[in-house]
Order: sequence, then C-alpha cells, then structure tokens
Amino acid sequence: MSRTIPRYSDHERMVHWSVAILFLLAALSGLAFFHPSLFWFSALFGGGSWDRILHPFLGVLMALVFSYTVVHFWRANRMDAEDRKWLEQWRDVVSNREERLPPVGRFNAGQKLVFWITVVCVITLLVTGLIFWRPWFADWYPVALVRLATLLHSFAAFVLIVTIIVHIYSAIWVKGSFRAMLRGDVSERWARKHHASWYREMTR
Amino acid sequence: MPLQSLDITRRSATTTPSPAARQTSEVAKLIDISKCIGCKACQVACAEWNDLHEEIGFNHGAYDNPPDLSANTWTVMRFTEVEETGNDGTRLEWLIRKDGCMHCADPGCLEACPAPGAIVQYSNGIVDFHEENCIGCGSCITGCPFDVPRLSKKDAKAYKCTLCSDRVSAGLEPACIKTCPTGALVFGSKEDMIEHAEGRIADLKERGYQNAGLYDPQGVGGTHVMYVLKHADSPQMYAGLPKDPAISPLVGLWKGALKPIALLGIGFTVLAGFFHYVKVGPNESEDEEQKEREEA
Repeated sequence: MSRTIPRYSDHERMVHWSVAILFLLAALSGLAFFHPSLFWFSALFGGGSWDRILHPFLGVLMALVFSYTVVHFWRANRMDAEDRKWLEQWRDVVSNREERLPPVGRFNAGQKLVFWITVVCVITLLVTGLIFWRPWFADWYPVALVRLATLLHSFAAFVLIVTIIVHIYSAIWVKGSFRAMLRGDVSERWARKHHASWYREMTR
Repeated sequence: MPLQSLDITRRSATTTPSPAARQTSEVAKLIDISKCIGCKACQVACAEWNDLHEEIGFNHGAYDNPPDLSANTWTVMRFTEVEETGNDGTRLEWLIRKDGCMHCADPGCLEACPAPGAIVQYSNGIVDFHEENCIGCGSCITGCPFDVPRLSKKDAKAYKCTLCSDRVSAGLEPACIKTCPTGALVFGSKEDMIEHAEGRIADLKERGYQNAGLYDPQGVGGTHVMYVLKHADSPQMYAGLPKDPAISPLVGLWKGALKPIALLGIGFTVLAGFFHYVKVGPNESEDEEQKEREEA
C-alpha cells in the first residue's frame, strides 16, 4: 500500500462532524415546518411543540460550532485566478477529466464555493432566526421585518440544504474523501490526483 | 374548539380535503360603529362566556382597558379621538372600534400555520384555532394582516376570537352580540348583514356622513366580521384599521412559491447526484494505482 498524508487534524474532524450532526438535526426539525408533507419529521423530535422548542437551539448551537470552521478555514478558502479557471472548466470537473484542470491547493474551487455559500447561509439563518424566535425576540420587531426574516430564513435553509447535498454527494463521488474526513488521512495517489499543489507543499 | 367537525373548508398545513359532508351558510358579525357607545359589555360577555380572566393591569391614560388583545382578551375596544374641521368649526369625534379577529375568507394565519389542523376554517366562514394541535411557533401572528392572534406566555398556544364557534354551531349568536345594549352588534347570515349594513349606511349618509360605508375588505376575500364606518374612506382613523388589508406578499412567497420550488429543488439535487453517479461514475484514485502496479 502507498503511504498516507494527513489531511484533517483530530480537531478539524471532530468539529466537522459536530456541525454535520447539528445541521442534520436542525435541517430535519426545520423542514417539519416548511411543508406539510414533511411535518412528520417533527415526530423524530418528540412532536410539533418539542420540534418548535428544539429547532432554534439546535440552529444556534450549529452556528456556534460552525464559527470555529469559519475562523480556522477561511484563509484556505480564498478564491484566486486558478479557482476561477477551475470553475470555468466545470464540464471537465463533472466528467472526471481532472487532468485538464489547473493544479489544486488544499481545497478546490468547488469546495471553496461550498464553504462560502455555507458561511453566508448560516449567518443569514442565525440573524433571521433570532428575529422571529418566539416567544423571545419576535415582539421586539415590526411584523414586516418578521415576515421578511421568515422568508429569508426559509430561502437560506433551502440554499444550504441543496449545498450540503452537493457537498455530501461530492464525498461519495470522489473516492477517498469520506475516509479523509472520517479518519484524517489520504493516500499519496489521492493527494497527487485531486490536490496536486497541496501534495507538493506537503511532501516538500 | 373542535366542535363542528363535518363542515370544514380548510385546515392549516393540510394538502388533502377536509371533512366537508355538512355545508352551512356563511355567517357574519356586523359592528356598527355609529351605534357603539363604548360600554365594553361585549368585552365582559366574551370573557364570561369563554371563562377568560385577564390580569388586572394599570391605567395608562386612555379608556382602552386592557390596552391590547392578549391570550385572555379576545376582543378589545379601541378609542380614538379625532378632531374634525367642518363648516361648523372644529369638533371632536370619539371613534370606538371593537377590535378582534376579522375571520377573513382568505386567512393569513391559516396560510402561515405549519401545524396540521391547528387552524381551521368552517364553511360558515369562522376561522378557529384548535389549540390542541398548536405548536406555539407564532406563525399565525406573522401571517395575520390585522395583528390579532396572541401567544400565551403560560402555555405557548395561540388564542383569538372564535366568533363563539361553539355557540354558533348550536344555533346561538356569539356572546358579544347577545349582550350589546345598543344594537351596534348584529349577527346573521353574511348576506343579511350586508343588507342590514346598506340600510345603516343610507341612514348615515342622510345624516351627512357622505363617506359612510361597509368595511368588508376584498384583499382578504372579504371578512366574516364587518364594520359600518362613518369614515369608510379612511379606516386607518379607527385605531389603525388597515385600508386595503391582504396577506403580505412576503408571506405569500414564503408559503406559496417557495414551498414547491424548494421541495422540487432539493429532490432534483438528490436525483442529479444519483444519476451523475450512474452515468459518469466515481472519481477514483486507488484503481489507477493498482493498474499502474500491474503494468509495472
């Protein structure tokens, strides 16, 4: 077997999976309110009232834990010219023609996009969610703002859920990624193929 | 109150038809503001019939008492002083409006409610909260164009005027109507109430109130609580009664277009992933490694 390279530290992995579990709980408990066909999700949380009570706390907790990810990873997710080129060649990306793409650093442009969309969505969800969190804060604001906040909250949740589905699928699609986040290491082959620049940095 | 169960037109957060074997005719409460003396007997009757007890508050310098609707106060008299300048100089007009649920034909609360069956609309037009299904999220408050529902601090359930659905289902008139000493409150079929209002409006116009009219706002499909207003051209004068109430477009977007688009979008994303895997397949690095070794 080939040698392995460390990709995600113990901290990074544990925070990632904490956010992932909290996201799953927040998303399921929130979707229960979003459409009648999904209201049964509330049964997973002990019924409608419990779902309503728990959802905001799960969301706030997710945002708090996620803030570590933001502080820790934002530098590694800055977009550059190479990334724009990578995005322009999205057809090569989805067709597994990776050899045609510019060499990728620790994260590729797709991962960076997922990162930034998630940051924007989580901030939006947190701010708007606090505005209409009853019975605590909603009475402080005019009803028009509460309505706007509710709409934006639902929209941001939709964007985030779609983004996370793409994120999860990418891990299923690119073999070895799931192990990287679960156990922390990747094979040299994997690193060379998917993150050539990062590989060079790590093996210098 | 879940008493009439076979004549339901709509239930909140429900996509299948509601029990509708029985059909009843549309009812309405007519509040003739020109006849109201502000005695608050209706408030007392409401509290008495529904056995509600408002906490003793404080005098905040106006006749409004309690100052606002609450989980225990489903109707409240709102007093507004207006100075009118006419041919005979400036005079004071005291406008008194009995506030409470309007029982909209197109109810914003029901539209916004995420809990199945927590809000129902009967075929007689009454919009009722079924507190046993209420989850306490307060979306009804967000959806209401009239700022009527109130979330109880005690039990986190939303409450509002039921139009005495329990009494009406047994052939009685609402408690407030029964007690009104001046006949400012009348109750009957919506058709009859419109006719009754027309007579009152003609009378008011004869007496010089050229802008007298019926408040039955069409933006919410009409209401099952209507007002006869002396100044129907500017309902805002009556403690902020909205001129053209409608379900806010923000609520409409949230509960209308966004729901199916988002569900389809989420479903489509999952399917797109699955079919991408079927067509393009996984992006592997270890297989190639094996291949290399074999070649070597």
